[in-house]
Order: sequence, then structure tokens, then C-alpha cells
Amino acid sequence: MEAIAEIKDLSYTYPDGTRAISDIHFRVMPGEKLAVVGANGAGKSTLLLHLNGVLDGKGSIFINGMELAKKNLGVVRAFVGMVFQNPDDQLFSPTVFEDIAYGPIHQGFSRETVRERVEEALCAVHMNGFAARNPYHLSGGEKKRIAIATVLSMRPGLLVLDEPSAGLDPRARRELIELLQELPQAMLIASHDLDLVRRLASRTLLMNAGRIVHDDVTASVLGDEKLLFENGMA
Amino acid sequence: MDARVKLVFTLVFLVCLNLTPSAAWPAYILFLALVISAALAAHLSPGLLLKRSLIALPFMLAALPLVFTGPAPTIILHLGKQELLFSITGLERFISIAIKMWLSVLTAVILGAATRFSALSNALLQLKAPRLLVTVITLMWRYLFVIIEEVTRMQRARSSRSASVPGRHRGGGSVWWRARVTGGMAGSLFLRALERSDRVYASMLSRGYSGDLPAGYVYPIPKSQKRLLLPGILVLFLIFVIGFLSGG
Repeated sequence: MEAIAEIKDLSYTYPDGTRAISDIHFRVMPGEKLAVVGANGAGKSTLLLHLNGVLDGKGSIFINGMELAKKNLGVVRAFVGMVFQNPDDQLFSPTVFEDIAYGPIHQGFSRETVRERVEEALCAVHMNGFAARNPYHLSGGEKKRIAIATVLSMRPGLLVLDEPSAGLDPRARRELIELLQELPQAMLIASHDLDLVRRLASRTLLMNAGRIVHDDVTASVLGDEKLLFENGMA
Repeated sequence: MDARVKLVFTLVFLVCLNLTPSAAWPAYILFLALVISAALAAHLSPGLLLKRSLIALPFMLAALPLVFTGPAPTIILHLGKQELLFSITGLERFISIAIKMWLSVLTAVILGAATRFSALSNALLQLKAPRLLVTVITLMWRYLFVIIEEVTRMQRARSSRSASVPGRHRGGGSVWWRARVTGGMAGSLFLRALERSDRVYASMLSRGYSGDLPAGYVYPIPKSQKRLLLPGILVLFLIFVIGFLSGG
């Protein structure tokens, strides 16, 4: 089976000279749920921002068989649905409908298709009936669901989630985990929440100081207390 | 150099430059020489200074009508059936204003680039600038970067969803739709800034903020720099006098 995302020898240095990630190499298979764990500053978010070309490091990234380049950024961004840590960054329209419709309208779909996509995405995150609401007035858990819907409306093959459970109360967190378990897309999830990782991801990458120091099945990575302690996760 | 000395020189420079009459070319050259010397002494890149000083451009253009509304002698330009009066004195005045504006902005840019912001705000306080004004400037400077970070994150999230379909060339939405989205982003940013400012203010109050930012330590101005003040101001005044005598 062909990988839907393949990252080869990826390195990135911030303009101020700080080395953020080095020699990153991994693949994501269709439908696979892959977690990236690591302490603050390990390079998880920087890595995620490369998946849809927001950051442009050295090395190569293949998404759905295409090498990520400036000319196919638009197509890659439809395939890689990026869900940011803070949903407020992602929700900027006066209504939920307009926020979810942003991607399909930008893709140039007709009005009917856009409406269908919005309904489909709202249904997928169990938020039917919220289309006319103002995103600003939603609860944290609801905002998170809508943020996921804003990328589902582009029918992505890979969901990239940065700290999805950050700032959620226990119920909203549990409901989010159940939702992510339901969604059929492949996922790359950066998180500190090891319980979420245990329940969602079949494979886990452990990062430290910008490098992947361990890549194994989740049970094996999270079951190794010494490994987690040495890499700032326990 | 001590921020207070730099600030005094900058203020006196700005007053002398802007009180110099129009068409005082020798004085402008001398003022420019001083600005170049300051930039060289501060090891600032000319490219960066020129780029930042472009902010003066819209203000310069505001003076452009002087060319067509200035006093006689005028040259009549024929544009089809229309006639346009082109005033030589007006042109001189426009060029003088443009030079003065550009030099003023350039001086402010050099001061900003060569001085730490905290040193500059402390210098303003020690030179008895109104405390409220300094507090507003300081907080504005600090939270400008917070807002810029918020804008960057929102733009990043937006561009992540600015997608296209393979083989489809149309897309990107209409201009009206994009304007609406940008308007929505601006509104959202305003609300977030408002909320953020409330949180910041609550945290400031909880740390004992009473309306004044704590002033930094006051160090005396080094004697060698104090001795520079009077001759420096006299040089600026002398250039102003040259300008007064040579200007129109």
C-alpha cells in the first residue's frame, strides 16, 4: 500500500538561527492514526506546519503521491486538513456556515456543492443546527468540533491536529476523542495528552530536541517509563 | 550613547529642521550629512533605513498640490482644452517639505533602531514627558507584537484552508467574498484583542498596577556625553541660521 504522506530528511531552522527540527523521516499510511509526542519545544508544531507547506524546510515531503511544492500547495492544503491548537485562530467568520464554507468556496465549488459540503461536515462532527451560530459564542469543545468541520468540508485524506485536547473540560475531551475515533481519515496528532494518544493512535513518534528519537507502536512507546522520562514526557 | 542625549539631539534636530525655511538647500545638505553620520556611527544598514523611511511617502504626496496652487511665477501647461498652472515656487516648497519630512522620519527611524525601547521610554520619563503618554506608548509597543502574533496565527490558519481542486483553474473566491472574509477576520481580531486586553489588565492589577509603569533605574548621564550636549545643540542651531539666511 502506498503511503499518503512521506517525510524524508526534513530539517528546519527558524530565521533567528534556532534549529527546530532535524533529519525527520516517517510515513503515514491511509487510515493510520499516528501520534507525535514530545516535551514543549521538541519541534512537534514546527513539524506539523510543514505538512501543508506553511513552513518550508530542507528535505522532501510527499502528500498523496505529489511532492509538496509551491505549484501544488492549494491541492495539498485540501488534502491535508490542518486543525490548529487554538480554534479561535481558525474561526474568523461571523457564522459557523461561512467558516466551514471558506475552504470549498476557495476551491471554486458551486453554491449547492458548498452547502452540501457544509452540511456533511457539520453532520460528521455532530453539530447539525449550528450553521447560523456565531463561532465566537460557542464553548471550547464546540469550537474545536467546528474547527475540525472547517477542514472536513474540503474532504481531506489526512487530518493534522495540534494539541487537540488542550483547554477542553473532561466531557468535551472525551467527546472529542470519540469523534476522532469515528472519523475515517488518517491522522497525525501532536499532543502531550498521553491518555488521548493511547486511545487514538496505533503508532507513536517520540520527539526530543527536534529529532524523532523513537518510532514504534503506541503501547510500546507509552509503556516505556524510562524512555518517556528521558525525553521529558514523565 | 545615553538614550536621553540621543533623544534631546533628535528633538532639537527636528525642531531646527522643520523651522528652516523652504529652499534652504545648503542647510538641508548639512542636516542630511548629520543624519548620515548618525546612521554610520550606529552601524545601521542603509537599505533598512531607506525601506523604513518610506513611511514618509504618503505625507510627502500630501504636499504635492502646492506645485499647482503655489504663487507666481507660474508656467501654463496645456492638457488638451484644460490649462494647468505650474508654480516654480510651489515646486520649491513641495521639494523642501518632502526633504524635511523624509529627514525627520529618517531621524526617528535611526533613533528607534539604535536605542532599546525600554531605554527610550525611561529617557522620555526622565525628560519629564507626560507620564500617561509614556505609559500609553509603552503598552502600545508591547502589545503591538502580541497583536502581530495573533494576526500571523490567523493568517496561517486561513492560508491552510486556501485550497484548490486538481485541474481546476478557477477558485480563490470573488473579490467581494474575500473582502468579506478579511472583514470578518478584522472583526474577530478586534474582539480577541479586547478580550486579551481585559486579561492582561486583570493580571496587571493583580500584580499591583496602579496606573504607572515602574520606572527603570536612573543612571547619571556620563560626563563626556553631557559635555557634547551644548556644542551639539549649537551646531544644529548654526545650521538652522544658515538655512534661515539662505532659504526663500
